Amino acid sequence: MEPSVHTRRRTWRAAVRRDWQLYSLAVLPLLFFAVFRYLPMLGNLIAFRRYSPGGDLFGEYWVGLRYFKMFLSDPTFWQVFTNTLVIGGLTLLFCFPLPIILALLLNEVRTRWLKGLVQTVSYLPHFLSIVVVAGMVLQIVSVNGVVNQGLLAVGQDAVSFIQEPGWFRTIYVSSEVWQTVGWGTILYLAALTTIDTDLYQQARVDGANRWRQTWHVTLPGIRPTMVTLLVLNIGTFLAVGFEKVLLLYNPLTYPTADVISTYLYRVGIVSGSFSYAAAIGLFESVIGLALVLGANRLSRRVVGSSLW
Amino acid sequence: MVTAIRPSRGYRVFQAVNAVVLTVVVVVTLFPFVNIVARSFSGEREIRTGQVSVFPRGFNVTTYQHVMSDTMFWTNYRNTVVYTVVATAISLVLTTCYAYVLSKRQLKGRGLLVGIAVFTMFFNGGLIPNYVLISALGMRNTLWAIVLPNAVSVFNLLVMKAFFESLPVELEEAAAVDGTTTYGTLWRIVLPLSKAVLATMLLFYAVSFWNSWFAGFLYMDRQELFPVTVYLRNLIAGATAGSDQTTSSDTTLQIAAGIQAVTIVLTTLPILLVYPFIQRYFVSGVMLGAVKG
Repeated sequence: MEPSVHTRRRTWRAAVRRDWQLYSLAVLPLLFFAVFRYLPMLGNLIAFRRYSPGGDLFGEYWVGLRYFKMFLSDPTFWQVFTNTLVIGGLTLLFCFPLPIILALLLNEVRTRWLKGLVQTVSYLPHFLSIVVVAGMVLQIVSVNGVVNQGLLAVGQDAVSFIQEPGWFRTIYVSSEVWQTVGWGTILYLAALTTIDTDLYQQARVDGANRWRQTWHVTLPGIRPTMVTLLVLNIGTFLAVGFEKVLLLYNPLTYPTADVISTYLYRVGIVSGSFSYAAAIGLFESVIGLALVLGANRLSRRVVGSSLW
Repeated sequence: MVTAIRPSRGYRVFQAVNAVVLTVVVVVTLFPFVNIVARSFSGEREIRTGQVSVFPRGFNVTTYQHVMSDTMFWTNYRNTVVYTVVATAISLVLTTCYAYVLSKRQLKGRGLLVGIAVFTMFFNGGLIPNYVLISALGMRNTLWAIVLPNAVSVFNLLVMKAFFESLPVELEEAAAVDGTTTYGTLWRIVLPLSKAVLATMLLFYAVSFWNSWFAGFLYMDRQELFPVTVYLRNLIAGATAGSDQTTSSDTTLQIAAGIQAVTIVLTTLPILLVYPFIQRYFVSGVMLGAVKG
């Protein structure tokens, strides 16, 4: 015991003496992580304490689990929790598999310019500000927008989509697909180029047609990428596009559109119940972390590859 | 290109269908852009009566003149430029320094330093504690509220780390033998070899700061401090909030529609103009990050 602690300390001292210039380069970035990443984590203490705006950063006094009990018995919380699961689930259902399908289709294209065109165009929405995307969505689904022009053309009545709770999920998920699917193909296209062409040769010799080649060679080849992205997607499941929902929803669509993050934004920042909102936020973050760890563990056990 | 085996009939049908499907993808992706540009050049009456889809109706540039004569628009536009430049510069310096440290495999404590960064990808303090912190630090209504909280992106950090790790160690070892300091090695040997990855990082950060709106929305109380994205957000929010009384405020609402379209075009224009040139840097950056994510 004694000597090992001693040597460890000595090697640390030696490391610092040898590499102090290298360590010094890490000081400012570490300060950033400490202040703007880890201090807010500690700031979650206000979820267990009474906090008054402008007062002590970590609150005034302990209240235990009061705020947690409060939101767990708050029907609005369960409403937004359900909405979050539904929107998150739908997003995952469409935005996870579609890039794989698009990448497989692109991979079959033999016309070089067509492939380049599709890639260039489909990556473009990724570079837009979420505000611009929301602005475009609102114009397209507005009463005088193209969707309603189409409805009128086939003799239907115009619909005020953005004020209909029944349409919010469709609008949200469609815009998410529009914005993310193209960009999402990049990693798959990269993975596809690394598949050994001999495997296809062998499959053809074994009499496999194109479809079976895709099933038995291509998909297994991109499986690690699929698993990685699935784990990451599951990890951000509860954090469903907070900014986009905030820009697209309105009081009329709250019944389907309001999610945990927008609810805690209104409760905390708009209404000033910081501790209550922090409790909800902490609950969300902890579940998010648990989801990533769980998904990662599961993928390691089931398919043998994982993030770490 | 041409495979030795003659493609089967089924495969040729598939190729044709595939080309059609991908063309539809292109059209669907481009349509909102075309529509917004068409609306931006259309007359108010034509927009209001739902005539505008692909081509402008009642062509005019008065809406552009109207938006561009608003001094607040230009003030906010200039803010966006300033915030983007300052934030990108700081982000680049911090990311480069830390990524370089993390790329040194033999460094003691490297695993811990990597872990400190990576953990924040999966767990964060959340909105409220961040808000409380920024307010307590007195950073509201300052540039720092936008710049500092998002100074280091862990994804970008890992991309850069992967790049530095791919550089041959011999170069730096030679420099070390010559007695060059770590700072000198980084500045005179490593960075000149890293121009491509630096350009990629610069673009990643610049685009994300250019597009960001929420920090400005959350921490800026005065209109003259807003980035242009918040200017646009307020136009949109005004339009959605006002749309409850459709008939009474119909005119103002529809004027807002034309103005929204113009503001969207003007906000996005810089990105659209540089996009063809920067696209490949982004793609290579993502690939680099994926190699060792």
